[in-house]
Amino acid sequence: MTTALSGEQVAKKIEKASPGAVEAADKTSVIVTSESLLKAAEFLKNAPELDFNYLRDLTTVDYINFFEVVYHLVSLTHNHSVVLKTRCYDRDKPAVPSVTSLWRAADFAEREAYDLMGIVFMGHPNLKRLLLWEGFKGHPLRRDYL
Amino acid sequence: MEVDKYSIAPPNEIDIAEGLRINSLIAASQNPIPDPDSWIDEEIRRNVLVTSVDYVVDWARSRSLFPLMFGLACCAFEMIGVATSRFDISRYGMDIFRWSPRQADLMIVAGTVTWKMAPAVRRVYDQMAEPKWVIAMGQCTISGGPFRESYSVVPGVNRIVPVDVYVPGCPPRPEALIYGITKLHKKIVKGSIKKA
Repeated sequence: MTTALSGEQVAKKIEKASPGAVEAADKTSVIVTSESLLKAAEFLKNAPELDFNYLRDLTTVDYINFFEVVYHLVSLTHNHSVVLKTRCYDRDKPAVPSVTSLWRAADFAEREAYDLMGIVFMGHPNLKRLLLWEGFKGHPLRRDYL
Repeated sequence: MEVDKYSIAPPNEIDIAEGLRINSLIAASQNPIPDPDSWIDEEIRRNVLVTSVDYVVDWARSRSLFPLMFGLACCAFEMIGVATSRFDISRYGMDIFRWSPRQADLMIVAGTVTWKMAPAVRRVYDQMAEPKWVIAMGQCTISGGPFRESYSVVPGVNRIVPVDVYVPGCPPRPEALIYGITKLHKKIVKGSIKKA
């Protein structure tokens, strides 16, 4: 069984590596600012004691005030996992950096998140609609989509 | 963080063409196509002229239907169940499910039809040779089912192709599909070669 690492402990390590990155942390997850997401994700992947080499899932949540992008990270070598989150408060132009350079699995997941939630992943190699067709108006998983 | 610095990938020709095709199909199919009903009065209308030829032709047509497999969702498994030895539609001369629309004359649309799939459904229907019939199998195919209000699901396949027999259920039992097929047989028998 994969051990779920405490978000607070992982947050301390991220904070030591890149100060000011962590926005909040609790037992289950770490929330980092969207500006320092790439740095934090890079640290989580490359730090030998963490070594999160596998992105299990990438989802988004619409909390009306802000969007939250959720990354489920797993280390296959240490057999532990952590939930990394980031928030973007700009509803008209939500944007977070893409993590495709770190995990190739993020490619389609980010395209789906862009398609259904309208979040732009900056630095993504081929960001276009995945499930819906070109010319579809709006992003249907948003709360205000009707 | 600037969004404009890195924007969305420019859509390529294939994507634009697909989007236009789907959007024009949505615009063109806002209303359901009326179900073919010319066969209803057929027995009264036809009296002497080609009756015995019709009898033979209709007998041959209804006893050798070749179904086209169009399994789109969970209903497909019930349709596969119909083809297996327990239910065995070979009894009705429907031998094998054809994978090519050019060899089939009955399209069994089984499952949720999405707008992205709709152009393919329409194209396959157009590729089938006359005479051809359509069975709408399952709640989603008939009316959109639980996804009727959805942004991506066709509210009834009769917006895209004319439907001859509706088989309700979620999903319908194989017996229900066989019942629908026998109903279709009765309908084919009422057809006439005069109109083809």
